[in-house]
Amino acid sequence: MSEIATDLPRHQPASVVTEGGLVRGLLIAVAIVFLALFLVLPLATVFVQAFAKGWDAYLAAFHEADAHAAIRLTLITAAIAVPFNLVFGIMASWAIAKFEFAGKNLLVTLIDLPFSVSPVVSGLIYVLVFGSQGLIGPWLLEHDIQIIFAIPGIVLATIFVTFPFVARQLIPLMQEQGTAEEEAALTLGASGWHAFRTVTLPNIRWGLLYSVLLCNARAMGEFGAVSVVSGHIRGLTNTLPLHVEILYNEYNFVASFAVASLLAGLALVTLGLKSLLEWRYAGDIAASGRRH
Amino acid sequence: MLSETHPTPGRRSLTLSARLAAALLLAGPVFLAGPVFLAGPARADSELLNVSYDPTRELYKDINAAFSADWKAKTGETVTVRASHGGSGSQARTVIDGIPADVVTLGIPSDIDAISRLAKKIPADWRTKLPNEGLPYTSTVVFLVRKGNPKGVKDWGDLVKPDVKVITPNPKTSAGGRWNFLAAWGYAYEKEAKNADKANAFVGELYKNVPVLDTGARGSTVTFAQRGLGDVLPTWENEAYLVFDEFGRDKFDVVVPPTSIYAEPPVALVDANVDRRGTRKQAEAYLQFLYSDAAQAIFAKHHYRPLNRAAAKPEHLAQLPEVKLFKIEDLQGSWDDIQKKNFDNGGLFDQLSKAGR
Repeated sequence: MSEIATDLPRHQPASVVTEGGLVRGLLIAVAIVFLALFLVLPLATVFVQAFAKGWDAYLAAFHEADAHAAIRLTLITAAIAVPFNLVFGIMASWAIAKFEFAGKNLLVTLIDLPFSVSPVVSGLIYVLVFGSQGLIGPWLLEHDIQIIFAIPGIVLATIFVTFPFVARQLIPLMQEQGTAEEEAALTLGASGWHAFRTVTLPNIRWGLLYSVLLCNARAMGEFGAVSVVSGHIRGLTNTLPLHVEILYNEYNFVASFAVASLLAGLALVTLGLKSLLEWRYAGDIAASGRRH
Repeated sequence: MLSETHPTPGRRSLTLSARLAAALLLAGPVFLAGPVFLAGPARADSELLNVSYDPTRELYKDINAAFSADWKAKTGETVTVRASHGGSGSQARTVIDGIPADVVTLGIPSDIDAISRLAKKIPADWRTKLPNEGLPYTSTVVFLVRKGNPKGVKDWGDLVKPDVKVITPNPKTSAGGRWNFLAAWGYAYEKEAKNADKANAFVGELYKNVPVLDTGARGSTVTFAQRGLGDVLPTWENEAYLVFDEFGRDKFDVVVPPTSIYAEPPVALVDANVDRRGTRKQAEAYLQFLYSDAAQAIFAKHHYRPLNRAAAKPEHLAQLPEVKLFKIEDLQGSWDDIQKKNFDNGGLFDQLSKAGR
């Protein structure tokens, strides 16, 4: 909000800021109060509630079979979804940024699709395809393959939701880097794979790390799509966000917020690393402002 | 350009931070996973899945533990019973869509009928397979009000007063929501000399007093008890007393109306699934166990009305007050008709919500 105040009078060179000190102070105060009320306060509440009954109660929330199962499932899901999206994201952005081919715009649109679809719909499409009333559900049932209401469904839904993170970050970056360096490498006799490994990959590493960070945070925190395909079987198909909801609905507020604080902690660590990367390597992460 | 082979000082520190960041990224999950993988789950000889409705979470925790102990003593086999809870209607939907449930313990007969009709996983005559039409216990609907009952709610008629806010779940997804709906309808039907139009109008008035429709009974309880919305929560008897125990008796009162509904939460075997999974023996034993004295006592302890009152402890029976209960089938006919007339698309609930807007 304070930025708006300084931006407005650009066409009056005499004074950059026309508003009086009082107005400026007021605008800044409004912005800070808003941030405190809608961001800091709820985040603080999570930790306050989690520790409402002390350390022992907090730790007890994690010394429980269902909590262990939820943590394990969340880690398994992220451990499959993130590398998958990493490989796919690099391949897609490499193809899109460095080559010209028919249907390129269509591919870009498809990669963006998960961002524009509600997570509930993302979950439902898998129920409609793999559910026992769905397209290939009866076939799966005959061959005793369980996709939805089991780990494969949860992983699929998570991959779908986190699909665009890596590609969206890398495409503009690689586009701006252009193909000159790779061409030079090839002219000097490097093989395609060698050029990719020693030229392309090092150029995008910070952007890649940055996007993997965000992708991982979303993979561990996804609620809507996973909720639809999970079936909520305790100790089997509940991820951490679903476990938080269950505990809350069982009036187990301390445990619920304790588990939520784990997710909030993950978010804070992600935010910290993200800021560190942005501060240190802004030019290597995003396309704009890059000089090379 | 050739920064890889001739690193500048700036690049050197960059790789250091890169290692640091990568180490952090890797260490995070490992740190979290360490104790988890060390602990690991206990290996079970066989596993059952009970897909149940929303308020039975605490009940089946006890029942499942008792059954596992009983089965272990009888056969030496370790059986783990897994549970999934949610609004009864949405739970039926997940069974239809393929969750591998061995048994279903839902809130209302029409939800098991739906599984039978849409997925053919349960035979149509499931109500004849177990004693008492598949009802090891029954329940009813009572009112939870704020301490001292400030709005003076005594009977169903008080719920349509203009200043009374009622919290009840959505009858489309929740069995508890449907029992509340049918209980209100049955009350008005008896009071208005069996005039169905007047009973419909009464229910319409009631739902105008409902500010939030949650998807399950537990959601409504949290809305009423934790978030503090509304004046009265018509709910499962067991759910009302659970709130008592969880939130303290100094915050709420339970009001038992003079008449209420005979609520029937039935259980059934999911035939198609147990045959596929090879769990028929254990699943049938589990359902039979629900009729045993041990299970009947647990039902009473959790404020459900046991089929065999002799098996329950007297102090638990004393907490189940005498209420004049009516059976909705006696007023509206078969469950197919009840479901179609009231809750299917275009049914009474839809008509009333349209008119209420």
